[in-house]
Amino acid sequence: MKHLVAEFETMRRRFPEGFSSSLVLPCLRRIQEDRGWVADEDIDGLAGYLGVARIQIEEVLSFYTQFRRAPIGRTHLQVCRNLSCTMRGAERVIEHLADRLGIAPGETSADGRFTLSTVECLGSCGTAPVVMVDEAYHEDMTPARLDALLTGLAR
Amino acid sequence: MSGTKLLMTFPVTASSHALADYRGRGGYATLEKVLRGMRPDEVTKEVAASGLLGHGGAAFPAGRKWGVIKLNDEQPHFLCANADEGEPGTFKDRWILEHTPHLLLESMAIAAFALQVRHAFVYIRGEFDLPYRRIAGAVEEAYAAGWLGEAIAGTGFALDIVVYRGAGSYVCGEASGLLTSLEGKKGYPRNRPPRLTVRGLYQQPTVVNNVETLANIAGIVRDGAEAFRKVGTTKSPGTQLISISGHVQRPGVYEVEYGAPFAPFLRDDCGGVLDGRGLKCVIPGGISTKVLTAAEVEPLTLDHASFTAAGSGLGSGGMIVIAEGTCMVRVLQVLLRFYHHESCGQCTPCREGMGWMHGIIDRIVAGRGEAADIDRLIAISNANDGTTICGMGDAAGYATVGIIAKYRDEFEHWIVHGRSRHDGRLEAGPAEPAREAALHG
Repeated sequence: MKHLVAEFETMRRRFPEGFSSSLVLPCLRRIQEDRGWVADEDIDGLAGYLGVARIQIEEVLSFYTQFRRAPIGRTHLQVCRNLSCTMRGAERVIEHLADRLGIAPGETSADGRFTLSTVECLGSCGTAPVVMVDEAYHEDMTPARLDALLTGLAR
Repeated sequence: MSGTKLLMTFPVTASSHALADYRGRGGYATLEKVLRGMRPDEVTKEVAASGLLGHGGAAFPAGRKWGVIKLNDEQPHFLCANADEGEPGTFKDRWILEHTPHLLLESMAIAAFALQVRHAFVYIRGEFDLPYRRIAGAVEEAYAAGWLGEAIAGTGFALDIVVYRGAGSYVCGEASGLLTSLEGKKGYPRNRPPRLTVRGLYQQPTVVNNVETLANIAGIVRDGAEAFRKVGTTKSPGTQLISISGHVQRPGVYEVEYGAPFAPFLRDDCGGVLDGRGLKCVIPGGISTKVLTAAEVEPLTLDHASFTAAGSGLGSGGMIVIAEGTCMVRVLQVLLRFYHHESCGQCTPCREGMGWMHGIIDRIVAGRGEAADIDRLIAISNANDGTTICGMGDAAGYATVGIIAKYRDEFEHWIVHGRSRHDGRLEAGPAEPAREAALHG
């Protein structure tokens, strides 16, 4: 994480004095963008840099669903299965993706290309069902649109 | 069209979110007027007189929340826009963040002036990508144009706004959990009192307002409280952004004037129930509000008093429309899985209770339910009520008790026969006759 410290310093300037602890979440997000997950050495480095207890960082990493302590597939497909999405076909979307990728939700394909997850409410209920591909929302999904999406990702 | 619009007053285009377009709509003129000619207490007085209600779900009067902040007390005060929009069925704040982020920023600057805030935050849920890029881009535009930073509009007023991203946690939408998260910790809610307006972020007086609540501030201060009160009803002044989803022909975000009748709103604005099916029920204000049957909801008007009198609430305006033929056992199963998933684990009744309830509903759906399971779900709901730091455990109970009270026969049917009274699917397929024809040719 040491090579990110200059970026952290820029972020810190926007915060009031005494807000070092608040930087835990944004720094972890940046570390994860960089490495793909958060390693032990990142935790040690960040604890030292911010002057916060290691346990605080560990707690944050295990509390929030978006943080990862291990690598996943190169592309992360997250399908919402909360009420509005399920009412508009999320179960078929999950089945279709599982069939096409040959993996169940929670698994990564053997070639390491895809990880499939289910999530609870992405705030996209009006354009349900939604699939989040890495950071981007793909809304109003149908099996045909999923196929087009997977073809695009395979290129 | 359901009455006067206060927020959705412009056509959405490829550039309507940008500063130049916002300036073209008169943007930041109200902030300038405030900074040059008003005192902080005059702004708060105007907001209080407008009767503006919180749009996060609880409908607490914004002016009363602001009124707790003591001016000139030599302490730093903080302001935070709650953009952690996570209540299933609610996606209206996203509309503001994506399409008119400067309206939020101008309103926050006016609020910051009124509350003597030097540093403000937009806490946005971590999954939101486009909304984050839009609000973060707007913040940069505002700094570059001198609407944020030092000496705003050539006056002595200074304000910094940080856009702070969550990382995946429903409970951080609760204001105290949000502030704990903003301190860089796991988002555990805190016991009140002390209120957040007394001891909030880093123990300093802090106002947390919903995005839509704040977005109304610029208009209220520009046109005056009296003009605002001419819109809506006496008890619910103004408008509400309704997020409508589920089995509805045209889902989306609609701005309605409080007091507009529900039935024509659903029929005309939203195109009615999906594929012309009958209406079974509506979850009216986020999933923690009690379900209303078609007969109960159809005569109502879209305001807090009307929905409260019907035994539910308009809440955050997140409406889920449920068509005839939908299995309510499966609906409750999805909701309880969600609550179990999102329980933060701090309070024992919620941590354990959500797991028990989720286990019971899964058992019923698996065909292994017992007759006593229905009353067990109700008993756990009632036992949890009021025992936890935040309202999440209570909310799960209200949703559960509400569904069972009105559709108990569907639960009994599944327990006795081992299957749904309907086809068990939540997705509305073709209407029953067409489905029959498809199945039996």
